[in-house]
Amino acid sequence: MSELLLEVKDLVVNYGSIQAIKGINFSVNKGEIVSILGANGAGKTTTLRTISGLLKAKSGQILYNGTDLTKVPAHKIVRLGVAQSPEGRQVFGTLTVEENIRLGAFTKKHADKDTLEWIYELFPRLLERRKQLAGTLSGGEQQMLAISRALMAQPQLLLLDEPSLGIAPILVKMIFQAVKKISGHGVTVLLVEQNAKAALKLADRGYVLDVGHVNIEGNAKDLLNDPKVQEAYLGKKD
Amino acid sequence: MDIFLQQVVNGLTIGSIYALVALGYTMVYGVMKLINFAHGDMVALSAYIGLVLYTQLAGLGFIPQPLTVVLVFLITALVIAIFGVLLERIAYRPLRTAPRLSAVVSALGASMMIQNGIMLVWGPNILIFPADILPAISWNVAGVTITFIQAAMIIITILLMISLTLFINYTKMGTAIRASAINQDAAKLMGINVNLVIMIIFVIGSILGAVGGLFIGMYYRGITFNLGWVYGLNAFIAAILGGIGNIPGSMIGGYLLGLFTALIAGYVSSAWAEAFTFILLILILIVRPTGILGERVAEKV
Ligand SMILES: Nc1ncnc2c1ncn2[C@@H]1O[C@H](COP(=O)(O)OP(=O)(O)OP(=O)(O)O)[C@@H](O)[C@H]1O
Ligand SMILES: [Mg+2]
Repeated sequence: MSELLLEVKDLVVNYGSIQAIKGINFSVNKGEIVSILGANGAGKTTTLRTISGLLKAKSGQILYNGTDLTKVPAHKIVRLGVAQSPEGRQVFGTLTVEENIRLGAFTKKHADKDTLEWIYELFPRLLERRKQLAGTLSGGEQQMLAISRALMAQPQLLLLDEPSLGIAPILVKMIFQAVKKISGHGVTVLLVEQNAKAALKLADRGYVLDVGHVNIEGNAKDLLNDPKVQEAYLGKKD
Repeated sequence: MDIFLQQVVNGLTIGSIYALVALGYTMVYGVMKLINFAHGDMVALSAYIGLVLYTQLAGLGFIPQPLTVVLVFLITALVIAIFGVLLERIAYRPLRTAPRLSAVVSALGASMMIQNGIMLVWGPNILIFPADILPAISWNVAGVTITFIQAAMIIITILLMISLTLFINYTKMGTAIRASAINQDAAKLMGINVNLVIMIIFVIGSILGAVGGLFIGMYYRGITFNLGWVYGLNAFIAAILGGIGNIPGSMIGGYLLGLFTALIAGYVSSAWAEAFTFILLILILIVRPTGILGERVAEKV
């Protein structure tokens, strides 16, 4: 049952003359939750932004269902079924919660009713606050909104960039539970996290990025028990 | 009291022009954070194109006058919209990721090119719009005179502004425009084609500017190649007064500036209007640096 959905091959991404991604390879199978871990500046966000077409790859390929995304403009990538909840949420602060959610379905003729019901079921708080300006939500609520907005595109592949960043622990737990439910709903998830422990508990497989290289890869359980990973990313607890 | 009401009517008329032109500056600024200095010159160009079209169409002799006027508006708006799209393609798109200053220089260059182009084609002397384009009707209400063209300008402008407001606030593309103004990368992640959004912005801004340019020609009648700088500057000030980037702000700013200029002209002297305009601008910016409606909600980080 391991059908390939996304395959990143020898990807190189530069910012001007600085090489941020130095030739990485990884893959995501249909239905999986795959986690990309790594310290600050490792290149996680750069990778996701390149998959979504916001950055141009210097070389390499990003094959999604066989299509090379490096040659597709950002707005068309969403139509192919790849949606992203970006780092720092980036909700549209001066638009209402509802307008943000409807924008998520921009590529669809109509916002899908079942999806709408589903996200309000995942995050009932958004339903209560749907007339409120998104900028007035708490950080955690904004994260829920960013994920919901991405789901409205009815993606096959959901990219999540540090959904736990700067969010109260209770909400983090809630968001990770939601990711599990989203995955259970048949959406493939590529999860970038610094919260390695929580991410690996949730994920099927993981990759560890280190200054632009994939350093370690494997099953999530193995990574959780890997001494190198434990030392670098999990602290000494457990 | 009569002077006051009369100047209010005059102010609303001039304010309509300012508001229409200001919207072009504000919409482009909102999405691209760029001051399109060439916008005023597009307004001037529309007056010239309108005059040529009117002369040609009226010369044919068989088109009824009202239809001629409508055709002049439609064709001029279309031509200026095409120019607006070309302007963006040629002068701004190649510099989208360049430092801000490059785009400013390009905008100034485009402005001078259009202005000089107008002078090359139509000469440096004043051209006069015919007086009989619109019916010479006027109404006298309680000692205040409203001419046909004043009424037409105010009503058309208000209808255009209502349509724009409905479009921006209640349609999918309108929401996409607002989203692109807030965060272009996030807008792309929604599947929004930001290039298309920018094109639409230039089309809308140019159409409103074209209507403004035709109003200038029909109302003041004398047009010169540099009228874009004169009216453009005032409209730009109106946009800043209202909060640049903010659409209702530009509408309010336009009418406020129109009323203010008219009242200064009525009670002080029109020679002083410009000086007072700058005093008003400075005062408002001291009290509200973001303009009247600029940035209501700060985004949480
Ligand atoms: N716009 C930019 N211009 C130049 N360099 C950049 C830019 N954005 C990121 N970088 C550099 O690229 C490298 C990778 O950054 P990236 O944001 O992808 O890291 P990250 O793994 O997401 O880190 P974090 O966990 O802090 O979010 C870093 O060295 C960073 O300084
Ligand atoms: Mg990051």
